Parts: sequence; C-alpha cells; structure tokens
Amino acid sequence: MPQSYIGAPIRRREDLRFITGRGIFVDDIKLPHMLHAAILRSPRAHARILSIDTAGARAMAGVAWVFTLQEIGELAIPVPMRMYQLPGLERYLQPLLARDKVRYVGEPIAVAIAESRYLAEDALDVIEVEYEDLPEVMNVRDAMRNEVLLFEESGTNLGAVHEISIGDAAKAFQQAEYRRREEFQVHRHTGNPLETRGLVAQFDLGKKELTVWGMTKLLHYNRQVIASFLKLPEHKLHFIENDVGGGFGIRGELYPEDFLIPFAAMKLGQPVKWIEDRREHLMAANHSREIGCELEIAARRDGTVLGLSAKIYGDMGAYVRTHGGLVPCSTAALLTGPYRIPNFQCVVHCVMTNKTGMGTFRAPGRYESCFFRERMLDMMAADLKIDPVELRLKNLIQPEEIPYTVGVTRPGSNPTVLDSGNYPSALKRALKEFEYEKLKSLQGRFENGRYHGIGLAYFVKNTGGLEPYEGARVVIGDGHSVAVYISISMLGQGHETAMAQICADTLGVPMDWISVFHGNTDQVPLGWGTFASRGTVMCGSALYLAAEKLKQKLLAVAGKHLGVEAVRLELREGKIYQKGTEAPPLDLSDLVSLVRASGTLNQGLPELEETAYFNSSLMTYSYGVHLAHVAVDPETGMLEVVKYLVVEDVGRVINPLLVHGQTVGAAVQGIGGTLLEQLVYSANGQLLTTTFRDYLLPSSTDVPPIESVILEEAPSPLNPLGVKGAGEGGIVGTGAALANAVTMALGSLGVEVTELPLSPDRIREWIRRRSANRSS
Amino acid sequence: MPLMNLRLARPKVIIDINRLARLSSISAAANGGLVIGALTRQRAIERSAMVKERNPLLAAAMPLIGHFQIRNRGTIGGSLAHADPAAELPAVSVVLGAEFVLRSARRERVVRAEDFFVDTMTTAIQPDELLTEIRIPGWRPGLGWAIDEISRRRGDFAMVGVAVLVQTDGSEVCKDARVALFGVGGKPARMPRAEGMLRGKTLDQKTLLEIARSVSDELDTDSDVHASAEYRREVGGVLTRRALERAFVMATEGKKI
Amino acid sequence: MSTRRVITLTVNGKSYERLVEARMTLADFLRSELDLTGTHLGCEHGVCGACTVLLNGEAVRSCLLLAVQADGAELLTVEGLAQGNELHPLQKAFHERHALQCGFCTPGFLMTAFAFLSEIPNPTEAEVREAISGNICRCTGYLPIVQAILQAASESGESSSESLSTPPARRL
Repeated sequence: MPQSYIGAPIRRREDLRFITGRGIFVDDIKLPHMLHAAILRSPRAHARILSIDTAGARAMAGVAWVFTLQEIGELAIPVPMRMYQLPGLERYLQPLLARDKVRYVGEPIAVAIAESRYLAEDALDVIEVEYEDLPEVMNVRDAMRNEVLLFEESGTNLGAVHEISIGDAAKAFQQAEYRRREEFQVHRHTGNPLETRGLVAQFDLGKKELTVWGMTKLLHYNRQVIASFLKLPEHKLHFIENDVGGGFGIRGELYPEDFLIPFAAMKLGQPVKWIEDRREHLMAANHSREIGCELEIAARRDGTVLGLSAKIYGDMGAYVRTHGGLVPCSTAALLTGPYRIPNFQCVVHCVMTNKTGMGTFRAPGRYESCFFRERMLDMMAADLKIDPVELRLKNLIQPEEIPYTVGVTRPGSNPTVLDSGNYPSALKRALKEFEYEKLKSLQGRFENGRYHGIGLAYFVKNTGGLEPYEGARVVIGDGHSVAVYISISMLGQGHETAMAQICADTLGVPMDWISVFHGNTDQVPLGWGTFASRGTVMCGSALYLAAEKLKQKLLAVAGKHLGVEAVRLELREGKIYQKGTEAPPLDLSDLVSLVRASGTLNQGLPELEETAYFNSSLMTYSYGVHLAHVAVDPETGMLEVVKYLVVEDVGRVINPLLVHGQTVGAAVQGIGGTLLEQLVYSANGQLLTTTFRDYLLPSSTDVPPIESVILEEAPSPLNPLGVKGAGEGGIVGTGAALANAVTMALGSLGVEVTELPLSPDRIREWIRRRSANRSS
Repeated sequence: MPLMNLRLARPKVIIDINRLARLSSISAAANGGLVIGALTRQRAIERSAMVKERNPLLAAAMPLIGHFQIRNRGTIGGSLAHADPAAELPAVSVVLGAEFVLRSARRERVVRAEDFFVDTMTTAIQPDELLTEIRIPGWRPGLGWAIDEISRRRGDFAMVGVAVLVQTDGSEVCKDARVALFGVGGKPARMPRAEGMLRGKTLDQKTLLEIARSVSDELDTDSDVHASAEYRREVGGVLTRRALERAFVMATEGKKI
Repeated sequence: MSTRRVITLTVNGKSYERLVEARMTLADFLRSELDLTGTHLGCEHGVCGACTVLLNGEAVRSCLLLAVQADGAELLTVEGLAQGNELHPLQKAFHERHALQCGFCTPGFLMTAFAFLSEIPNPTEAEVREAISGNICRCTGYLPIVQAILQAASESGESSSESLSTPPARRL
C-alpha cells in the first residue's frame, strides 16, 4: 500500500465498466413505454415562418405527438443566460422553438414523438413549414453595418459592448518607441465530444416527480431552471448523470431540448428519449472560438512591453446562449497573459450573425487570446531583432511579483490576481525538455523539400472559482465501506478515482474502502458544476474539508471509547493508533459498529458522516509553455508536426496518470483544432460541415510525438489542497505555438500567420500572395 | 449507407447483392492481366499476391482507400459504380486502361474505364445494368508507376491525387505515359496534353516543370470546404511532377515492386 | 413502407432469431433489439469507428450495415471479449495504460485492435497507428491507446523491438 495516495499514478476504478461495454450512456437507457423524439430543424439561415402544419405528421401511425411553441403556451420562456450577462444581451435569447422567425440553420421548430426514432424522423418529413427568406448576415463586418437585423426590435446586431481599462494605454502608446498593429482571426470550431447530446425524461404521474437522465456539467443549476419552467418544486426533479461521452464545455449547458424533452414527458405521461445525431450536433450544439482581434502593441526598443490596445469581436451566432458574453470577454480577460503589461485597454464586441450560437469550448477565450498575444510578441521580436525567448523572459512576471494583480478584466468581477507561479522557471524547463538550443538552428531551414520552424507560446489559465462553491459528503458505513458523494459531474476525467485518493489520504483509510458517487441531485443537494477545470479544485477541497472534519469526529469518539485524549490518536489506513505507544490499533469498522449499536458514545449521535462545502470565488491560475516543431512542404502546404511539448504547472498533482492524460488529450484536441477543424458556412448561411467527412477530427496518424511535463513548483494558496485545475492547459497554447512555428518556418517566404486554421490550402495561399507581392 | 443514414437517399427498394459469391473473384487473364469480380472486397484485393504480382499500381492504390474496416466491406465494383470524384480506383482504372463488364437482362456489354465515368457519382451504367467484372490489361515489363494524393488526414478522400504509368524504351526516353488526376472535377481527369509532352522525351527537370504547368493550366477544378479550385490546380501539377519523377526512376532502373 | 424480415445470427457465441425492419441498421439492432449497448454510435456515417464490431471475423462499421445483411453471420461485440470474469489482454492493457477517459470510443477501439492483432500479432508502433486511424477519440490523444495495443500484443507474443517513441510515418 502506498504511503500516500495523493500523487500516485493509480489506475482508474471507473475503467471496468467501459472496457467491458457496460457503461451506461444516456442512449443505453431503455424504459418501458418509452417514446422517441426527433426535432425539426430549420433548413434556412434567416427567414420568417409563415406557417407550420403538423397535421400530417400527427396523423401518422406510431406518432404520439407533434408540438410547436404554441403547445408550450404560457410556460414558454427563452433559454436563460447564466453568466456574463452584459447589458443588452438579454435581447437575443433563444426561444424554445421558433415561431415567427428562424435565425440559423439548425434552429428547432417542432418536436415529433413516436414509437421509434425511425418513425419520429418519418414524421418530421411530413411537417410542412412555409418560409419567407430574408437576407443572411454571415460575418461580423456585415452584421455591424446593421443593414439586415436579426432581431428587429433590438435595432442592432451589436449585442453588447464591454470595456476594460487598466493603467493608461493612451499615454503608453504616445511614449512608445515601437508600435505595431495587426488584425488576427481565429476560426469557428468546437469540441465535438464523441457522444452527442441526449436526454431521457420520465414523469411519474403518481408522485408528480420528474427524473431526467443525460444532464451533466451543471446538474443543480439546470434542475433549478427546469423546475421553475415546469412549475414544479425543485426537489421533485431528479437529475441523474450516468456515464458521459465527453463534454469539453459543450455538453451540459441548457439548450432548448433540455426544456422540450421534459415538457413532452410531462404532457405524455410516458418516458421520452431524445438522442442527437452528429449532423444535428454540428448545427445545434454550441459553436466556439470565432473571435477576431485588432491588436496593437506598444514597447520600448529594448523589447519591454508598455501596453496593449485591443478590439475584440465575437461572432456570437444568432442567439446568446447560457454563457452570455463569456467567450469574447474571456478572450479579453487574460490577453496580457503571464506578462507585466501595466497598460491595457480593450473593447469587447458581441456581434450577432445567422449562425449557431456560441458557447464555451475547452479554454474558451484563452486559446484565442494566447494566439493573438503570442503571435504579436513573435512579430515584435522579429521587428526588433530580439530573440523570441529573450523577449518572453524580459517581460514575464517574476516570482517575487506574485501574487500579481492584473486589474479588473472581467465584467463586474473582482480583479484578476495571478495567485502563484514561477513563470521563468517553467519556460526554462520547457526549453530544456524540448532541446531547444540544439533545435534552434533548424529555424527557417529548408531540408528535403520542407521548411522547418519551432514555435513557442506561453499561457496562463484560470481554474477553479467562477461559481462560488461545491460540496462533498462522506459517510462511513458498515464493514470497510466509505461512501463519498460529490456535487460535480464526471465527463471522463476520472474523478471517481482522484476523489477517492483525496479522501483516502485525508480521512486515513485504504483507498479500496471508498466508493465515489456523483451526478445525482439527490445526493448532494447544492452545487455548481464541472467546468473551467474546477472539479478537483472546488470539489476536491470540499471533500478534503469533509474528510478532515469527519476524521476529527471519529477520533473524538474513539477517544471517549478508549479513555484517551483525541489528540493522542491518529487514523491511518483504517486503523486508530495511539501515538507513541505499542498499544494494538483499533480497527475503524469496530468503532463504527460500536457507534451504530450503542447510544452511550457521543450522546447517541451517529457521528459517521460529514458534509462540507468549499467556497471560493477567487481563481487559481495554472500556467505553462507550448513548444512545437513543424515541417512545411511549401509546394503543397502540407504540414507535419514533428514534435510537441507542453509544460504545465498545476500546483499539486493528485494523480499524475490523469493529469498527463488530460494534457495530452487537450494538446491533440488543440492541434486538430488548429490544423483540421473548421465550421464553415456558405454565403447564404448553410452549414457546409455537417458530417465528419467535412468537419475533420484528428486521428491517430495526425498526432505527433507529444511530451507533457507537469510541474508542481507553485501550489495555489487559495485552497487546502494547493491544487490548480489541469483540464485545459494542454489546449491553450496550441494555436499560438503552431502559428509561431509556421511563421518561423516560412519566414524566408515572407509569410506571417495572422489567421487560423493552418490548413494546406491557406498555407499555399499565404505563400502565393507573398510571392505575388514580391514580384509586383 | 451514409447517404441513407443522413436521409439524403430514400430508396424504395434495396437489393442486397453481397451474397452473389460468383461475382467475387480474382483470376489471371490470358493476356497477363487480371479479371476481378465486381463484388471482390477491397481488402481481398489488397491482400492478393496475384494482384501484387500482376499489377503493382492497383496493389499500391488499395491501402490508400479509407481505413481497413471500410475495405473489409467495400468492393471494387462498389467504389467504381459510386464514382466519387475523389476516389482512387476510378483514376487507377482509367490509367490502367481497364474495361468494365455491364450486364443486364437484355445484354452484356464492355465499356472502357475512360468512357465509364461521366460526372460526379454518375457513370455509364443504365438503370437495368449491373457492373459484374473489371478487366485489367496485362502489365508490360519496364513500366514505372506512381500513385499519390494529398488528403487532410490519412484515409480521407483526396483533395487532389494522381496516378501515372510511364514506359521507357530501355533507355531514358519516355515511350508512353498515362496520367490521370482525381479529386479535380466530376471524374478522373486524363491529361492527354501532358502525356503528349512526355512522349519521346527524357524526363529532365525542365520537362517536368513544363508538364506540371501544363497540368495546372489544363485542370478544371472545383472548390469545397477542404481546398480551393486554385489549390487543386496548383497542387495537381506538383503531384504530377513528383509522381512522374518517381515513375521514371522506377522505369529506367527496371524496378518492379 | 418498410418490410420486415426474420434474421438468425450468432452474437458472442449466442444464437438469436428476430423479426426486424429492413431499414434498421445493424448497430441499432444490436443496441435496441439485443440490448447489447456496448457498441456505440458517434456519427452514423462510418467515420468515427465507435460502432466497430466483428462480422465473420472482420472489423466492420455496424452503422453502415443493415441488420438483415447480418443474417446467418457470426458477430463479436465488446461484450464478448472477456471470458467470464477474465478480461482480454487488450482490456487489461487499456486499463493499465489509461487508454480511456470518457470510455465512449473504447469498445470501437477494442474491437478494431482485436481484429488487427488477429491479423498482425507483432505490429510496429507505426502499424498500430495506421490500424486505428479509422477510430476517433476526443479525450486521450491516442498515444496511450497505441501503447496499450502494443502492450497487449507483446503479452500475447513477441512484440517488435521498435521503440515506443518512434514518430508515426507521414506520407508526404
């Protein structure tokens, strides 16, 4: 048995059900009399709805019901905003089903419910909708001209504007010896978990209670909203998370379907299942990342950055979803990154277009801002003829300056404070692991038909915090049995194992005594959710507090039983020892039996459980470096990632196996996102990438050798475990590092990357344009 | 099947011909070539020693098709009849000068590969006909060949690809050449002008560059989400140049892989 | 309207006879008629590989087959890999190498790997990467999956001496 469970690479206990095919994902749930729903989605990007005729569909054999917004009647509410509710955004909320207008391809119009999904889709085919087409607005520039309005009553497509002002950027720019302005653009792409969304809802007519499977990420908040919508008391709703096939920020936010399916189940009195297919997912689940930035940098000639000035444009899609203005605001919030930039001014624009709505995708806004900033720094380095590494080292915040207050960069929030870190150390470590000194000579070199380049990106990432608390309950049962109930969700990260490790070490029992239960609103009544890599930070800390308190209670009871002061006792590996004596230990299970049986110990109270909440609205900041070595064939634009490294400091590692898994997985997702993935719309608003033949995900032969190095040099002072989240660091720097590497590689051809993705077609176009410019 | 799952194709009747065992076979033709039943699984062709022996170009094309799970079920006839412009087999069959046997209740006829492919997913097959057999001419000694493609990921349909055959006269002079591109329009694109430029010449750098330019000029390509028309034209020329280089080396060194 | 057919097939050694609609896919049949929900659906157009099963010993996409086409066939799904409580070396290796996170793609990878190793028991790392390139995973980044398959191969026999850190071969 290991000395300490925390820090050990313990294999996951979750695995057994997944490797034997016994996982229960929402589509695996089968209930008696279950009906199946299918959703009619708009084939037009922008149109008025003149009429909807569902009579033919309703009349089909095997069809139980077909409904539109009309049937929802007075219950109908728009999908609410949960975060970043910038003034003005409330004008653009999505109705549960379209009635007068459709504003994006994929917008839900009607729901058909039948005995099988096959029949429900047959029913959709005969629903007749009459449209009057309207001109489509497909990009931010056109949208801001306000010639065609998505929401006439609002008078504008500019949903909201938010300003950040730190220091005196105007003065900094006046005094600058060096200035440069560029326009950058990140492309629209998203998480695409392999399991699409789905729900099973069942309304018990006898008890008037609703159970919903398939919810995840934010069980408690979602339950609260749906309860209010259905006019049921919250505790009459049971939201149960079963196994979930990945989330990446996309799954678990409230979408229209999360209202429609429970509503249908209530009306029909039979369970209703809805499983999204991939085509639907690509046009209905949150899009992300499409952010443009006009960025200007001011510096001294020696490379000291004086200020940044930015205009950020978020292509929000047709409706503001639960995240409000989060994605563009988060882009602004950490734009200065790990650098000492005392003057920072930024205006964030949330712009509406006829596309699917935008929401969070792993490291929302951070991937984008890292790309903008790190590209700009490399450009500056080239202009000033300063080595890009030297430039970073010059401007990185030093350990003695930390905690470092950046200033207020999030709307209506407390200032951004970088809590702990040794930024130069992580960079030096990264360079060493990558063998950068040796590989440096490859910069821009043409060898065997390809140009080589090495790119660097430094990132910081907020983790934890955001919503203020999470909870955990620990209960000691009979025999060697400890139950942990946690308020967060599991989407594949391995919390069942990591939480057990934390409990085992803190409580002092063997890990195999512990079972972790999650994802049930009945088990821990209050909580927020799993996002922003906050699971271990928030819930792990709550668990730590609960386990610690429970241990003290147990020692107090043991003390009474043994006639010894509690401070003279310790609980280790499930046994209670008297410190400094040879007395045989008391097995915890014997103590438990005594407590449960007898009323004399502890005034008859069974002190065998403890619930605790960890509260913190402060964010911790993980940080690190990405390094990429690429080789580019200039004739075909084909790019190979030869080598990739992520160095990340997460403060403290609970399970290195899980942390490395997250980092490598995130890096591959980011590399794929940067090179392959893109959601593409036609000029008239059709989503062209509706299958995996068009929306390309990285496969095993697209993956370079990736090394991940996890540091624990800077534990967080903000929680009892000292942990920072580890789920997103691996993706944050991928766009930036690869773009910098390509620029290094193709420098002699004059290519300077300002946009993503880095597809062969675009690389060829950049080379072509540059050579045309030169010859003219 | 994908089209059906996406409800883009709603046939009233489907006839499953998978069990017509007689249509699945690989046999040697008298002229040194191959006769392959339309229902022969791609995986079987990939693994066939006879194919490798008698037609290295066809053998080399097989692993480029999708992934092995797809090739376990996919058939040569299926790929040809489906006629996706970005598929490898149609272009290879054109370069090889293959012939296809089409059978109906009325008659049996033989169509040359070049005449078989009409446009995107459109072939010469009449509604009452079934593609039953593919006849591939014998391989000549001293042939050089190459097949190459640019795809976003391994196993994807090609953004642009090329298959070439080159025959030299024992020295460094090209006697005959066949060039066909795929992924560049509705059907495999034979490049007769480029082929003409090759005949009677040695393949030096200057000639290769001229041919690449000629191919780029001649190509009539489309744009899609993966690549622009210009990319396909440009890179079509590049790939052709590279493929011819390899094929020529193979032919002059007498290699037969 | 769709017609129905009676089909008989063997799945994981057990024989079944069912009446099915002609248009029902094999994947849907396994999941909803036989309650073998280990085979998953990620795309329903044959790209992601989550639905991979073995049909008469060959790895196929069950979303691209109609159930009626499996009449008379022998199928192996992920539920049939383990022998009672004894896990298959592939399953053990996936667990040991942390080759799964959310677990949704895992059955498809296991079946693909099983078919692949039956044909090529001593693969190189490059061959493994190639073999699984038709299966998508969003969580792990593939490296631990490759290592798990190599580990399972070496446990069942001799593995190639090529080092685990050899980068994959790129065609261009």
